[in-house]
Amino acid sequence: MRFFSWRKMIGFMMAMVFCLMAAACSDGSASETDGGSADKEISITYRSGGGTNKGLTDWLNQEVIPQFEEEHPDVNVKLAPLEVNEGDYFAKVSLLLQSENTAPDIVTEDTFMVNSDASAGYLEPLDERIEGWDEWDSITENVKNGVIAQDGKVYGVPYNTDSRGLWYNKELLKEAGVEVPWEPKTWDDILAAATAVKENLADDVVPLWMNSGKATGEATSMQTFQMLLYGTDDPLYDSESQKWIVESDGLLDSFKFIDTVYEQGLGPELSQVLNGQGGTVAYQQLMPQGKLAIGLDGIWQTGNWHEDGAAPWPEAFDTLGFAAMPTQNGEAPGTTSMSGGWALSIPAKSDSKDLAWEFIKLASTKENNLKLQLKDGNLTPREDVAQEPEYLEMEMFEEASSFLENTHFRPAVDKYPNVSTVIQTLVENVVSDKITPEEAAEQYKQEVTEIVGEDLVTTK
Amino acid sequence: MRADVQTQRNQIGSSATGKKKKDPTAWRSVLFLLPSWLLLLVFFIGPILLTFYFSFTNLALTGTQAQNIEFVGFQNFVSMFEDPTFRISVMKTIVFLFLSAIVGQQILGFLLAILMKEKNPTFRRLIGIIVIAGWVTPEIVVAFCWVAFLNDNGTLNMILNAIGLESVTWLYTFPMISVCIANIWHGTAFSMMVFQASLDDVPKTIEEAATIDGASRFQVLIRIILPMVKGSIVTNMILVTLQTLGVFTLIFTMTGGGPGTSTQTLPIFMYNQAFVNYQLGYGTAISLVLLIIGIIASLFYIRSMKVKI
Repeated sequence: MRFFSWRKMIGFMMAMVFCLMAAACSDGSASETDGGSADKEISITYRSGGGTNKGLTDWLNQEVIPQFEEEHPDVNVKLAPLEVNEGDYFAKVSLLLQSENTAPDIVTEDTFMVNSDASAGYLEPLDERIEGWDEWDSITENVKNGVIAQDGKVYGVPYNTDSRGLWYNKELLKEAGVEVPWEPKTWDDILAAATAVKENLADDVVPLWMNSGKATGEATSMQTFQMLLYGTDDPLYDSESQKWIVESDGLLDSFKFIDTVYEQGLGPELSQVLNGQGGTVAYQQLMPQGKLAIGLDGIWQTGNWHEDGAAPWPEAFDTLGFAAMPTQNGEAPGTTSMSGGWALSIPAKSDSKDLAWEFIKLASTKENNLKLQLKDGNLTPREDVAQEPEYLEMEMFEEASSFLENTHFRPAVDKYPNVSTVIQTLVENVVSDKITPEEAAEQYKQEVTEIVGEDLVTTK
Repeated sequence: MRADVQTQRNQIGSSATGKKKKDPTAWRSVLFLLPSWLLLLVFFIGPILLTFYFSFTNLALTGTQAQNIEFVGFQNFVSMFEDPTFRISVMKTIVFLFLSAIVGQQILGFLLAILMKEKNPTFRRLIGIIVIAGWVTPEIVVAFCWVAFLNDNGTLNMILNAIGLESVTWLYTFPMISVCIANIWHGTAFSMMVFQASLDDVPKTIEEAATIDGASRFQVLIRIILPMVKGSIVTNMILVTLQTLGVFTLIFTMTGGGPGTSTQTLPIFMYNQAFVNYQLGYGTAISLVLLIIGIIASLFYIRSMKVKI
C-alpha cells in the first residue's frame, strides 16, 4: 500500500475546487458588511446604457448623493443601473423585486407599472411616511394619480412627467417645400409632409420616425400607437364602464396609419427601428446629423442635446420645432398628447426602507427636482418648480407644457402592462408585413379579451 | 496491487453468490449515492415538477396574479392552441429544425466526414480544427460574430459595397436563413465528429469486397456504409434535434425572434410570453409542450430507423 496515490490527490483537488466554487457562489456582500456595522449601503436601480438616463445619472452623482452622504456619513449610496432595452427593464425589475437578496432599496418605476407591481406585492406602501411630509402637497394632482394603486395606497413619489409631440427639422421641411412653423392639422398632413421629404430630399434622410418594435417596449405602445389612438374618438379603455374597448374604428385606423407609413417608404429601415437602440439612433445620431425630418416622441429628447447630454447639439433648439400631434381628421380639440412619468419607489423586500425614504425625500425637494429637470429635460411634477424662472426658460418647455392641455394618461388598471405588450407585438408585426392592419385589429380583440376576461371588454 | 485486485474479486464473487443474504456494504452505496440523489431531486426533479404545476396556473410576473396564484386547469393549453402566434411559432420551429439541424448539420457533417475519410492525417487535422473552432465557440460569441458579419454596416455588406453591389439588410430581409446558417456553422462539427468516429469503424475489408464484386463508390456508400452507421445517424439526429429545439441565445441575440414573427421559434415565443408579456404560467405551459415535442421527435426517429439504442 502506498500512502500517496493519484486517485487521492485528484479527489483532494476536486474537493478543493468544490469548496472554492461554493465560496464563489455565496453572497459576497455578506462578508463585506461583517467588517463594520457602521457602513450601511442603499442601492438605486434605474435603466441606463447607450446614453439613456444620462441626466438622471449625473443628477444622482453630482447633486443628490453628495448631499445625502453629507447628511448620513455612515451610509454609502450605490447606483445599480440595469443596462437593458426599455422592453426588458420592467420584467427585470419584477424579477429583482421578488427576492430579498436582489431587491434594491430604491427603484425607478414608470408610473404605468406602479399599479401592477404594487398589486404583486413588490412595492412598499408609502401612505404613513407621506403623512408627515408636507412636500407631497406640492405635487400636481393628476400626476399623483399615476402612483396610486387600485387599493388606494400611494406606492411612489413622482419625479417627472412628460408630454409627447412631433419633433421636426425646420431646415429639412423648408427644403422639402413644407411651410414652417409646421402645424399639422390632421394625420394626412403628417403623411403629406413626410411624402414631400421623401420626394424632394436625399435618400438617406428618414422622413418620419415612430417607435415600432417590441424591443422599444412601452415607447412603441405609448409614443406611437396611443398617440394615434387618442387622436381618434376611441380611447383604449372606457373609464365609465371600466371596460377595455377591443374593437373600434380608432384601433383599426391607428394600425392602418402605421402600415401606410412603412408601405409608402416614409419610415426608417426596419433594421434601425425594430432595434432596442432605435431611439438612441434616431435622436442622438440621425436628428443631429440632419438625417431625420420628423420624429414622434417625447420632450425628454432635449436632454440629449444639452451641453452635458449624451449628444450635445447646441443648435438643436434653433433647428428643431416641436409640433402638437393633430387628431385624426382635426376633430376638436384639434391636438392630442400622452403623458406618463416616473416615480421613486421602495421595494417591499428592501432592507433599509427608512434610509431609502430619507433619500427619496431629499431627491424630491424643490431645489433638487428643479436641478433634475434642467439636466434631464423633462417636465416637473411639482407645482412650485413649474413657477421657477429657470424652469420656464427651458428650451421647448413652452410647447411641451401647452400639449398638457389636451393630454391623456394611460389606463391606471391592473392589466395595462399586458395589453401594452400586445400592442407592441402587433405594431411590429404590421410594420414587418407579417399581418395586415385588419388582422392586427382582429388579433388585438382576441388577445386582449383573453387577458382581461370577456366581462371586461366592450366594442364600439 | 495484485492482492487488492484479488480481494475485490472475492467481494464481487461473494455478493453475486449470496443474493438473498443482506449485503453488508449496501448501506454504504446508499450513503455515497445520497448526495447526488439529493442534488438531482432539488435541482432537477424539483424544477420539473414545479414547471408542471405552474403550467396549470395563471402565475404572472407582475400584477395581482403574481401574488394570488390560481389553478386554471387546461386553460393555458386551450389558449395556446387557439393562439395564431403559437401555430406560427411551431411552423418556424419546424423550419428552423429542418434547415439547420437535419439538412444543415446532419448532411453537411456527414459529407465532411466522408470526404475526410482515409485522407492525409495532416489534412484531416487541419480541416477538423477549423470546423471544430465553430463548435467550441460559445453560442453568444457565435451570435455576435454573425451579427457583426451580417449587420447593415457589417463585413458582408462592406465586401458587397467594395465590389460595387448594394447593401442588403440580411437580418431583416432573410432572417430565417441568417439564423440557420449561423446555427449550421456553429453545430456542424458535432455531427462531423460523430460520423467520423463511426465511419472509421466500418471494416475496410467489407468495402473492398464490395468493390471487387463490382459495386460503384456510390453503391458502396448507400448499400454498405450507410446501413452500417445507421445507429450513429439516429443517435446524432436525436441529439442534434434536441439541441436545435432548445436554441435560444443564438436567435435571441441575432434577431430577437423578429422582425415580427419571422424567427420566433418556440423557445423565443416562450420567453416572450413569460418575460415580455409577464405571463409566467403560460410560458411554462409552452415549455412543457416543447418538452413533449422533443420526446415525440426522438421516438419518431427511433421507430422509423428501427434501431435499438
